[in-house]
Amino acid sequence: MNAATFAIIVASATPLIFAAIGETITEKAGVVNLSLDGSMLLSAMTGFAIAYTTGSVELGLLAGMATSGVVAFVVAFGGIRLRVNQIAVGLILTYFATKLSALLGGEFVRKPGPSVQKMSLPVLEDIPFFGEILFQQNPLVYFSFLLIIVSFWWIFHTRRGLDLQAIGERPEAAFARGIPVNSLRYFYTVLGGAFVGLGGAAFSLDAKMGWSEGHIANYGWIALALVIFGGWHPLRVAFGCYLFGAIQIVALKMQPTLPDLAQVLPIAPFPLMILTLVFLNMRVVQSFTMRFGGIGRLIRGTAPSALGESFWPD
Amino acid sequence: MNALQQTKYFAGAITISLVVSIFFLWLVEAPLVDTAKLLVEGAFGTNQRIGDTFMIWVPLLLASASLVVTFSAGLWNIGVEGQIVAGAVAASFVAREVQGSTAVVLTLMVIGGFVGGALWGLLVGVLRVRGGVNEIFGGIGLNFVATGLIVYLVIGPWSRDGVASTGGTEPFGPQAWFPTIDGLRVSPLALIIAFVALVSVMFLLSKTHFGLRLRATGKNSLAANRFGIATSRYLLMAFIIGGGIAGLAGVTQAGAVYHRLVPSISGGYGFLAILIVLLARFRGLWVIPIALFFATIAMASFQWQLRLGLHSALGGVIQGVLVLSIVLVMGYQEGRQHREQSNIRGNTAL
Repeated sequence: MNAATFAIIVASATPLIFAAIGETITEKAGVVNLSLDGSMLLSAMTGFAIAYTTGSVELGLLAGMATSGVVAFVVAFGGIRLRVNQIAVGLILTYFATKLSALLGGEFVRKPGPSVQKMSLPVLEDIPFFGEILFQQNPLVYFSFLLIIVSFWWIFHTRRGLDLQAIGERPEAAFARGIPVNSLRYFYTVLGGAFVGLGGAAFSLDAKMGWSEGHIANYGWIALALVIFGGWHPLRVAFGCYLFGAIQIVALKMQPTLPDLAQVLPIAPFPLMILTLVFLNMRVVQSFTMRFGGIGRLIRGTAPSALGESFWPD
Repeated sequence: MNALQQTKYFAGAITISLVVSIFFLWLVEAPLVDTAKLLVEGAFGTNQRIGDTFMIWVPLLLASASLVVTFSAGLWNIGVEGQIVAGAVAASFVAREVQGSTAVVLTLMVIGGFVGGALWGLLVGVLRVRGGVNEIFGGIGLNFVATGLIVYLVIGPWSRDGVASTGGTEPFGPQAWFPTIDGLRVSPLALIIAFVALVSVMFLLSKTHFGLRLRATGKNSLAANRFGIATSRYLLMAFIIGGGIAGLAGVTQAGAVYHRLVPSISGGYGFLAILIVLLARFRGLWVIPIALFFATIAMASFQWQLRLGLHSALGGVIQGVLVLSIVLVMGYQEGRQHREQSNIRGNTAL
């Protein structure tokens, strides 16, 4: 494994980082947006379509963000205002958005379009080994680094982040303290959705350039799984994304020499993730992690206790 | 009063979905009248098409019956797709290995498929009950594993002689084919299996103690537990029964539709069944017409594509619009009714 391989892994994991961190932000607020697999597809399609017709990659990325932002808003509106089960709304939207992306994206299938251009960061790119991996990438990749760090800092080290955790853990208590629970939930759901959309557009404009029907099918489910694997902690979620990317790239590299193993390897993350969770959920491990502060929280990775429940101030 | 209000909201939801669907039809420049005509003609125009519509109806009925069981226990069994695959793999194993009369082979395929699906479902259940792994996560993970398994089998050990392609395995021997009536592709036996499964589920849930306890577990797990119901046992049973019935959908897909194992054996019907069951509000009886309607739209989609040059995803968009508007509007109606009632109760308390 040389630096170039690591650089490919980082680049290929980038769309997943956006989607999984976006969903982490949403779920931290107590809302579960299960529509990812559909809304990422729809964003990949609109992102590509807009970039293709306007020639502007930036507009494409924004269109992708807006698309999944709207989908996330429907989840929030259904779950918060109408009090419909969020999982139900999310699953229906998954199906709907998937089909809609195929229907409306028909004329853009397999067309060559614009893509995000590489932009090495001066000075930093010359750092031996790490420069090539981290800083000879494109602006999207740099933005994903920023998102990981800022979301971690925001959630665990700011006053507003405490509010965010409060509305996901104990909405009643948060409300009693004067926090506008439902307004914030709308905000974080749509914000998280916008990052999910950026993830979708990052596929069609960068990681897997172009558009075709079902272009990135399954990556939404993978992102959702990575949020749980990542224990709702941005750093662990990011770690999961890179690990997933690494396994995929290694499988790709092994294709010529070990074709059998290369077939099975892309599936391997799923049993691995499940077994890891089973291990971490064991009572011994859970109580052991209680002894440690931040690191313990990182390992424990428990779901926000009010996840998926609607809150009504009476 | 409530029934009237409910009907009004329902009519409103249908109107919304019609308007939105017509908007999408207009957007893709579909001729409205022809599209509507082909909806009926496409699914019921000829005997062949009726047969094909029923052929799609079967896995939708079975997957929905499976989901009614798990939903009743309060579970989101996204793993239904994987359970269909597991059933198909088990049935294919029987079809490949067992020599005998059609009756023997088919019986063993049905049993094998049920067991295969049940075990795959049980795995999700054990992970949830014993491992603390949420069933949505476990289900998604095992769906991927099932897909990996089927691709491995099709291009690996069960591949056709000399051809390692994802096109599918060698067709089963004739003794493993579900019998059909001349000229039609639907197997009456498959249709019977689907209805027996669905009716059994309805009976089990509404007429037995087991069903009552299962529903109690789903409604309020904590209360059910305090009441002395071993809730985790009921959750596991829901996964076994639900998984088994989903496995039957795999059996009919392999034995009655494809006559071999193909990677896309589930056809996405498991996921579509989630929408059906949400629309049916988890009631078995409603599943029957809704699943038929969804099969009708699926058939119409072929004809829309063939004759009007419309995109095959159009039907799916309409299905999505319909379910989304009904679930949102009816959910709102229920919430409102619930709040009004609690207001009345609150007032009398004062």
